[in-house]
Amino acid sequence: MEALALPAINWLAVIPVGLTSLLGLLLLALGLFVDDDETLGWLALIGLSLTAVATVLLAGQKISTFNGTYALDGYAVFFDMLFLFAGIIVVLMSMTYLEGTGIPAGDYYGLVSFAIAGMIVMASATDLIVLFLGLEVMSISVYVLAGAWRTQRRSNEAAMKYFLLGAFATGFLLYGIALIYGATGSFRLDQIAAAIPGNPAPKMLIAGVAMLIVAFGFKVAAVPFHMWTPDVYEGAPTTVTALMAVAVKAAGFAAFVRVFLHGLAGLHADWSMLLWVVAALTMTVGNVLALAQQNVKRMLAYSSIAHAGYILVALVAGDTTAGAAALFYLLVYSFMTLGALGVVAALGEAGEPNETLDDYAGLGFRRPLLGVTMTIFMLSLTGIPPLAGFAGKLYIFTAAIRDGYYVLAVIGVLNSAISAGYYIRVLIAMYLTPGPEAEARVPRQPYLLASIVISAVLTVLVGVFPALWMQFARMGFLSL
Amino acid sequence: MSGMEQVPTGNVLLSLIVWMPMIGAFLLLLLPREQVDGARRAALVFSLLTFLLSLVLWIGFRPDTAEFQFLEQHPWVPEWGIQYVIGIDGVSLFLVLLTTFLTPVVILFSFGDVQKRVKEYFFFMLMLETGMLGAFVALDLFLFYVFWELMLVPMYFIIGIWGGPRRIYASLKFLIYTLTASLLMLLAILYLVSAHVKNGGATTFDVRLLYDVTLSPIEQGWLFAAFALAFAVKVPMFPLHTWLPDAHVEAPTGGSVILAGVMLKLGTYGFLRFAMPLFPNAMAAATPFMLGLAVVGIIYGALVAMVQPDLKKLVAYSSVSHLGFVMLGLFAVNVTGVQGAIYQMINHGLSTGALFLLVGMIYERRHTRQIADFGGLWKPIPKFAAVFLLVTFSSVGLPGLNGFIGEFLILLGAFGQSRIATVFASSGLVLGAVYMLWMFQRVVFGPVRHEENATLEDLRPREIAVLVPVVAMIVIMGVYPTPFLRTMEPSVKALVERMTKHQQRAVAVVDHAPPVPKHAGGV
Repeated sequence: MEALALPAINWLAVIPVGLTSLLGLLLLALGLFVDDDETLGWLALIGLSLTAVATVLLAGQKISTFNGTYALDGYAVFFDMLFLFAGIIVVLMSMTYLEGTGIPAGDYYGLVSFAIAGMIVMASATDLIVLFLGLEVMSISVYVLAGAWRTQRRSNEAAMKYFLLGAFATGFLLYGIALIYGATGSFRLDQIAAAIPGNPAPKMLIAGVAMLIVAFGFKVAAVPFHMWTPDVYEGAPTTVTALMAVAVKAAGFAAFVRVFLHGLAGLHADWSMLLWVVAALTMTVGNVLALAQQNVKRMLAYSSIAHAGYILVALVAGDTTAGAAALFYLLVYSFMTLGALGVVAALGEAGEPNETLDDYAGLGFRRPLLGVTMTIFMLSLTGIPPLAGFAGKLYIFTAAIRDGYYVLAVIGVLNSAISAGYYIRVLIAMYLTPGPEAEARVPRQPYLLASIVISAVLTVLVGVFPALWMQFARMGFLSL
Repeated sequence: MSGMEQVPTGNVLLSLIVWMPMIGAFLLLLLPREQVDGARRAALVFSLLTFLLSLVLWIGFRPDTAEFQFLEQHPWVPEWGIQYVIGIDGVSLFLVLLTTFLTPVVILFSFGDVQKRVKEYFFFMLMLETGMLGAFVALDLFLFYVFWELMLVPMYFIIGIWGGPRRIYASLKFLIYTLTASLLMLLAILYLVSAHVKNGGATTFDVRLLYDVTLSPIEQGWLFAAFALAFAVKVPMFPLHTWLPDAHVEAPTGGSVILAGVMLKLGTYGFLRFAMPLFPNAMAAATPFMLGLAVVGIIYGALVAMVQPDLKKLVAYSSVSHLGFVMLGLFAVNVTGVQGAIYQMINHGLSTGALFLLVGMIYERRHTRQIADFGGLWKPIPKFAAVFLLVTFSSVGLPGLNGFIGEFLILLGAFGQSRIATVFASSGLVLGAVYMLWMFQRVVFGPVRHEENATLEDLRPREIAVLVPVVAMIVIMGVYPTPFLRTMEPSVKALVERMTKHQQRAVAVVDHAPPVPKHAGGV
């Protein structure tokens, strides 16, 4: 018998995921000995930043390794940087937020690192099984993180709900992968793409693709697979919500876009009809339900559903412009959502979430920095120029119009108008509703405020000068 | 570099005018909160500086050409062909001047009117000015859209924070109405740009290039509808006007003056600069409908104004009526009508602005705006009453004052387009005189019916300083309209030609089209 032939491995491709995994291990171990949460936070920050530097140095590479199942291309680098940035911001937020929650910092930061490692694998996977591995590494870490605040019942509930529904979605993913394997004889995206026959596509393949849509739909919180989102986002510690709303969603889309716009591009005519409906539903349901929320954190959960819908519009359009638009939108969405959840975290105190609109009354005058930054995030999420959210929407709707999806574009902009209804309510609460003029005790939150300010600056910067960032997104997508 | 012809008058003056208020706004933020007087003075200085610079603009303006002047052109988002292109012609020049003129007036008035969160108020006021100026001078549709939306936020806060009891409802209604309509316009803009690309043109948002996009009648119809909707909400045209009375009544006086004086003009300006010349065929097809809506607006606004017990609401509805006249003039689609419309835009800014200021002054004294609470004001406050009389006359279009010139030109122009519409619109003129003079009579004439009114304080020096410039302009524009009309004429001619020439070309193509060999054009 021949010995199992090991494929040649280009270790450069493993650097980002390797470093974050090592960081996770290191933090877990150090958590046993180091009592100072802040030190651990700094370690996580430094580790993630170094990984980011290493990843930037890898930009421009186009490596395919592990027998063509794992790639380090511009696309992966773009998403790795997005995950690492989100990780850095989340760690910054957590360095303030964890105080008084009793969450063990070593475990917490370790799990954040592992989750990011899983995301990196998802963005790099060019094989459905590798994709599945990455998804599981990420998901399991996040299940635990959602329940990290053990003394809070809603945190426990969130973890349980997320785990059960996530496991369900995983089942769909595996079933879909199996069906696609059955139809095409391969797990590898390039081989699947080559094996896609002409019209009409075999029913087994279509069924497999539909299963994948369900599974990815769960991960990115698309309607009708969104049911878990509000409860889990609301219940999880706010910093974990930020990680889920931004990085997990981006990882879901990283896989979604690579599989659908690259591997399954040949079936665009088939799956785009299905996604059209999902996109329209996701935007509309997310926005309409958000209107009814009194809790800002929950409202942001619904808003994150709605924004997934806008990105799905780009997937439906499906050409190069649209793909780049999806990436760009994820970028701007990350900045504004991280910032908004940062403000939510800044208001919460141990045991007192202060998340309802009533808690925001008069906030703009009581804590001007939070007021101004929250205004920026809300206006950007609404899509008011010249903020980042507007540039993102413009990109997506340009793609939709260019590819002839007029009705979907109209649904999209009408949804933007609906969304103004609830984003503005936060402004109404902060500035137009009388509230306490001065806080009894303004908490010291240096790291958290830093994360909010960074997000706000980026939200304005990307909005006013989008060209550079759009180029990143386009180069990322073109490297597929 | 694009192959666009360079117009030689480019420099940074126009940019300076547009951005000066915003610079002032951010400097204002640096002032400590206690420095209330400092904030007021700084705001006034920056708005006056902007006004002075805009006078330089007027002096340097060449009235003999329709070309865009003071043109500035820089790439902004080159990937999408988005540029920072600003420039003015004879149309936008006066709207810029109106904006820079009214803003210091409003700021000076607000010295007394706004007592809480003073710094923030002037911050938003100056941001608003930059937004409005930018929208008037932007020649890139993307840039225009950015400024157009940029105006919304400060106005939202001005109504929402400093407004009356129902301010939250009114400000939200204002925002949602305007936002929804403008988002559809955004899609139309994107479609227009992609059509330009499909025609073989470059990706550009430059309106001067987009004027020449060839579109099928169906495309024109949809795009015109989207643009018209956005602008019609802003004007506001009947039946999309319902946000206006709410916003006006709840807004603080300064907000009302800017809203009526300048922001509504952005709607009519949008029709003139974008919706009508971009889609001339659709415009021609929609003309009867638009004329009808304009006339309905004129009469409806006047009738509703007549029965208002609240002074501010009366003035608000009179705006619906007056803006109906402006729309009538625009859709006359001839030089006379359009000139009258632009003239009336400025008139309305002055006279309605002054009316809101006067209502604000009397409200400050009596804390009521009910017409029934006044009467016989001539005796206790004669100066106030005299100014009020003059402004009322200007509003009803008395010859010798500015309103007459505008309305006369509009009716003259509209007569060439549609006699029926003109006849009905003229009745609106009569109704206008009825509700304004009746209101004036109830407020100013007769005996003093309420004790409190007998001891009212007449105009203070600061209030006189606020009103004198406005009244002066009302008289000057009424007696000597020639320099204004002459300056705008070439630009108006060019715009009207663009609208009608394209129509004729389209007609000519249809007339002389050879038998179509196959269904190439599609349906």
